[in-house]
Amino acid sequence: MAEASVENSIAPDRKGNAVSRFVWTYVFATDHKVIGLQFLFSSLIWFFVGGFLALAVRWQLAWPWSDMPIFGHMLFAESGGQMSPGFYNMLFTMHATIMIFFVIIPILAGAFGNYLIPLMVGAEDMAFPRLNMLSYWFMWPAFACIILSFFMPEYGASAGWTSYPPLSVFQGDAQSLWLLAMVFVGISSMMGSINYLTTIIQMRAPGMTMFRMPMTVWGMFITAIMQAFALPVLTAALLMQLSDRLLMTGFFLPENIAVNNGVATSGGGQVLLWQHLFWFYSHPAVYIMILPAMGMVSDIISCFSRKPLFGYRPMVYSITAIAGLGFVVWGHHMFISGMNHTLAMSFMVSTMLIALPSGIKVFNWIGTLWGGKLQLTTPMLFCVGFVSMFVIGGLSGIVMSAPPVDIVIHDTYYIVAHLHYVLFASSVLGVLGAIYFWFPKMFGRMMNERLGKIHFFLTFIFLNGTFFPMHFLSRMPRRVADPYIYEGLKDLLPLNQFMTICAIGMGLTQLIFVANFFGSMFFGAKAGRNPWNANTLEWTTASPPPHGNFDVQPIVRRGPYEYSHPDTECDFFPQTKTS
Amino acid sequence: MNRFWSVLFLLVPVLGIASVLMAMYGVAPLESAWLPKSLSQAGDTIDQLFNGIHLLAAFILAGTVFTIGWALWRFSDRGNSDAKALYITHNTKLEITWTVIPALILVFLAFFQMKSWAENKMDRPTVMVDGVSSLKPPMVMVKAKRFGWEFYYAGDDGVVETEDDIFVENLLVLPAGEEIVLQMESRDVIHSFYVPELRLKQDIVPGMTQFVWFNAREEKEIEVMCTELCGWGHYMMKADLNFVSRAQFDVWIAEQKSAYSPEFKKAAEPTASLRTTNNLPSADLLGAAQTAVGIEN
Repeated sequence: MAEASVENSIAPDRKGNAVSRFVWTYVFATDHKVIGLQFLFSSLIWFFVGGFLALAVRWQLAWPWSDMPIFGHMLFAESGGQMSPGFYNMLFTMHATIMIFFVIIPILAGAFGNYLIPLMVGAEDMAFPRLNMLSYWFMWPAFACIILSFFMPEYGASAGWTSYPPLSVFQGDAQSLWLLAMVFVGISSMMGSINYLTTIIQMRAPGMTMFRMPMTVWGMFITAIMQAFALPVLTAALLMQLSDRLLMTGFFLPENIAVNNGVATSGGGQVLLWQHLFWFYSHPAVYIMILPAMGMVSDIISCFSRKPLFGYRPMVYSITAIAGLGFVVWGHHMFISGMNHTLAMSFMVSTMLIALPSGIKVFNWIGTLWGGKLQLTTPMLFCVGFVSMFVIGGLSGIVMSAPPVDIVIHDTYYIVAHLHYVLFASSVLGVLGAIYFWFPKMFGRMMNERLGKIHFFLTFIFLNGTFFPMHFLSRMPRRVADPYIYEGLKDLLPLNQFMTICAIGMGLTQLIFVANFFGSMFFGAKAGRNPWNANTLEWTTASPPPHGNFDVQPIVRRGPYEYSHPDTECDFFPQTKTS
Repeated sequence: MNRFWSVLFLLVPVLGIASVLMAMYGVAPLESAWLPKSLSQAGDTIDQLFNGIHLLAAFILAGTVFTIGWALWRFSDRGNSDAKALYITHNTKLEITWTVIPALILVFLAFFQMKSWAENKMDRPTVMVDGVSSLKPPMVMVKAKRFGWEFYYAGDDGVVETEDDIFVENLLVLPAGEEIVLQMESRDVIHSFYVPELRLKQDIVPGMTQFVWFNAREEKEIEVMCTELCGWGHYMMKADLNFVSRAQFDVWIAEQKSAYSPEFKKAAEPTASLRTTNNLPSADLLGAAQTAVGIEN
């Protein structure tokens, strides 16, 4: 119990008054479960901020230059409430930044990674509890930078989340804050990933071999490897851009370009270098944002199919293959960037290859459902939703991996459709499913099933209403404040208005989730240790688990997917159960 | 209730494929969605790929999501049986099948599209000069800037970037039915030259020179869009692109020549002096340069 003594040594005042007890338990927490919940709550709050920004983007596309509700008159009193084009650029920049760096990555790796890894491998805590605490704390300078950037004259960074120089070097101070925030987020993720890797490699319970680990842990493990390898590159690139902005270097600037209100740079830099460095991180980041969800979805689908995960080892190998290939496909974001056109061919081949392991995963999920005894609970519905939406996102990925086709659809709404099918319709549905699934473990109470199903139904309908029509806007450039300035795009207005109405519906639907989440936290039915009759280790301990996680050291005797085993009485066979 | 959910999932491929087919074959209400009519042979090839891969995708979508919906319909636990789920952990033959078949399809796709890519981006048209084949020289030099397009037509010498270039802003008039090469450079940040009807898009990167080529088959008035975020005015960075007959083009270019004077060209190019100096420019010059490229936050 070395970790427990660490906890006690920095928390000597645990028996003090309520305030100091709260501070020591929830702020200076080194318990992985509390840190997981910290990540969960801050990500959910940012989820609503990011969603709000998205609705403002949709508002402008449906009713361009009309009065923006609520914030319009506050920010743009002199123009009568209509947003400025620069403000529109800020909206989509910050929407993407917040959703990627403050919501999806922290909620998957930070919240679920922290909460589940030690519980699922049978450890009492993370390998480095205080490093873990620090990894959450490093999110706060990032939050501060981003919040501060909203109060800059331009209301926030507005060079797109990809932040391509030279434009990003031309921007105001909000861009510097943005770069700093990204550096902090990166450091936070790097500390997290080192912790996950060490914990998974070193602290597995007796009997928990690598191939007895649940897919969730495999997803987190591979993700942590990707973060550990890719993030240093992004961090270096961010600092280089920062120094281009503040120290007048010229890493990304060619000769004779005027920067930052009047100082010419030394030049000699390469504009495309940023894109290579950025996408070397940000393409793996796409998998960082979905592999943990794939892992969790695999566990949930197997549990509610009451059937072993179909092809466990191929599932592990395909996650590994996706991660490995994920490092050599970044050029597909740059087919028409001016990068060598021959190079595009090799990136096309590696990109197409990724479709293979992704396809294997989908087929294996279907194989898991087939012949099962399916229990269509809320988490199961979200996970089946994940699989069917991932098919759409994956297939549109094959379409755009063909460079000649990408000439047409690059930087248009087709891309926006694709990325939202992967990141929202897949990752976020997976995350929501995981919240419904592990909520009883986290808070000891069940979430309301009826509200959960309504939440799923409306989210599913509205997300398809919002994102599917985007596939048909493959001639409408993205990041354009008023596409109707082009004669050839004027007829797309009604379709855009339809999508905006669906987006507003989707936003409102999430209020059902908020009500269910907080209502169930206080009034939900008490959950026992194992409300879903699942096999993995976290369900053998109390809900919520005590500090140190397990009353007795778990001994693992079998893999995590022994559902409906012919030799057992009941249809599940926990990993620790003696036969 | 289980049936309800399986129907919901079954609707995904049904509605998805129906709408894709409607967009592809121009059925209302999606008749005007997706891509406008292609204006070039190269564009037709891209369209064939675009439609072909979409049909393949629609087929796979139908197969997978329909199976999901059917599995939900067929295997949902309705509490009327004590039988357990099937205990199947894997099926090696099946898994090899569903790996090898997609792999073959993807390899075919990969090789099949290379020709179109080369034709659009790598094989620049050639001309015969004195019996020797050489790359076709650009007819127009495109200079992208925040937030507009400058077009410099090759003058009588047939070469761009010389004294007799003819300057036109935000209007590109070109003869239809001819192979045309454009040379493109950026004055400030990255821009992208997008003409949906020609299935043509190319980023214009400061410090690099790009070439694009196309052959429009009919006379038509269309637009050039900027598709790389270039600042607050990105949305209004458009140019008109008019394809006219050769005869009309000759008349038009003659008009431009007569209306044209070297002073006008100098006034339109205020950053030229900054771009040719390697020293730190004076404050005046920088002020002019900033106004020219619109560096205000």
